[in-house]
Amino acid sequence: MQWYWLPEYAPKFVDGLLVTLQLLGLSIFLGMCLAIPIGLVQVTGPRPLAWAARAFCTMIRGTPLLIQLWLVYYGLGSLFPSVPGIRESFLWPILREAFPYAIFAFTLSVAGYEGEVMRGAFRGVPKGELEAARAFGMHPFTVLRRIWLPRALQNVFPTLAGEMVLTLKSTPLAATITIFEVYGVSTIVRQETYRIYEPLLFVGGLYICLTGAIVLLFRWAENRIPRARAG
Amino acid sequence: MTSALTTTGSELRASEPAVTVEDLHKSFGALEVLKGVSLTAREGDVVSIIGASGSGKSTFLRCINLLELPSQGRIIVSGEEVRFKPPSNGSLVPADMRQVERIRTRLGMVFQSFNLWSHMTVLQNVIEAPIHVLKTPKAEATERAEQILNRVGLWDKRDQYPAFLSGGQQQRAAIARALAIEPSVMLFDEPTSALDPELVGEVLKVIRGLAEEGRTMILVTHEMKFARDVSSHVMFLHEGLVEEEGPPKRVFFEAASEKCRNFVKSVH
Repeated sequence: MQWYWLPEYAPKFVDGLLVTLQLLGLSIFLGMCLAIPIGLVQVTGPRPLAWAARAFCTMIRGTPLLIQLWLVYYGLGSLFPSVPGIRESFLWPILREAFPYAIFAFTLSVAGYEGEVMRGAFRGVPKGELEAARAFGMHPFTVLRRIWLPRALQNVFPTLAGEMVLTLKSTPLAATITIFEVYGVSTIVRQETYRIYEPLLFVGGLYICLTGAIVLLFRWAENRIPRARAG
Repeated sequence: MTSALTTTGSELRASEPAVTVEDLHKSFGALEVLKGVSLTAREGDVVSIIGASGSGKSTFLRCINLLELPSQGRIIVSGEEVRFKPPSNGSLVPADMRQVERIRTRLGMVFQSFNLWSHMTVLQNVIEAPIHVLKTPKAEATERAEQILNRVGLWDKRDQYPAFLSGGQQQRAAIARALAIEPSVMLFDEPTSALDPELVGEVLKVIRGLAEEGRTMILVTHEMKFARDVSSHVMFLHEGLVEEEGPPKRVFFEAASEKCRNFVKSVH
């Protein structure tokens, strides 16, 4: 094994790590913002909306993320330039980059998977607790904000940690649309040095560290959340 | 549908009943659970509703704060009548949910299965509605909550989560939560039915204390002796109708209805 290339490429890996973290953080955040309403309407929403949410989750969960990513980047991405005037608009600097498409695709994916998780989470909150909230004159939105959502999130907190790790490990797919996150950087190393295994082992190690960090972060947060159940 | 006479005024004249229910009907599909039940609870009254399971007593109580929507009837709380949309099919639908929410804050509900919010401590449970519904400042709500918790004997448990309390303690916390909104009427839905026998006493003691200080209460219960002791008025429901009602002495010892006599005998 030869590691002579590492110092030279270290700064690139740091950049790549930041890209990975941005991709992960943004898509988890935006994805959860979508997942909450997607889960909620399936439990309590008007029927057409519930069906639409259901269909969305099924579609996202039923197709490979790679295909979604490519459809978004090559499909959507190649449609935009044909829109008249878009190259002159303020949106163009964003639309010609690959990163926003990756964020978009990953966000949809997170929304699909976590939407399903949140559906179960909302459904799992005991009806009596929601009824008690209503019985004390709470407005439905207050019930959601103060009782339903916190209880639901608390139920699925450990699940979310696992889901976040899975999302992390799918971020290398972004390298296929020219985004140089950590895995993408390792492909550069391979191309320029012809070392195949060392860069792969190195990024593998990085992903293990990131996974460990996520698990620890969630464990720390979980211990700060009040224990709902005894024992 | 209703006239404007009692829509906004929350001013309560002394003689005005705290709760009036008139001719309440409730159906679940084809099954008519309540077939025209009326009740008047004046200030300071303790009304107990007894009856076999399936007689509609819990449904009746839950209609008062509109957790169940009646099919027909009138509900007046502190002089304010619940306004319903013109009836179409099945249940009545409130015309104004804000009115319903306002009326609910005058009714402190205690459930059979406590229904404490399990992600909050006892204290947080008690201050939740005052802060987020009544908009009481937090310091004031907390101070009051601590007094109430002291009263129900849970001051030292205020920072515990419900899961760590016994059933009796949970129910006392739930009573404290209901008291915290300073309701004009307390509604109890079989408050001791989910408790282990040895924990029933501590909860009844708290409820008895409330009765003695002159709180208006409507109580669905299976505790006959308790109902006899604390009530000013007892209602015996049978198959969705009031079969017998009156002062406890009459319902328990001199009932005209044979069904009522049999029921009282069977549970004693």
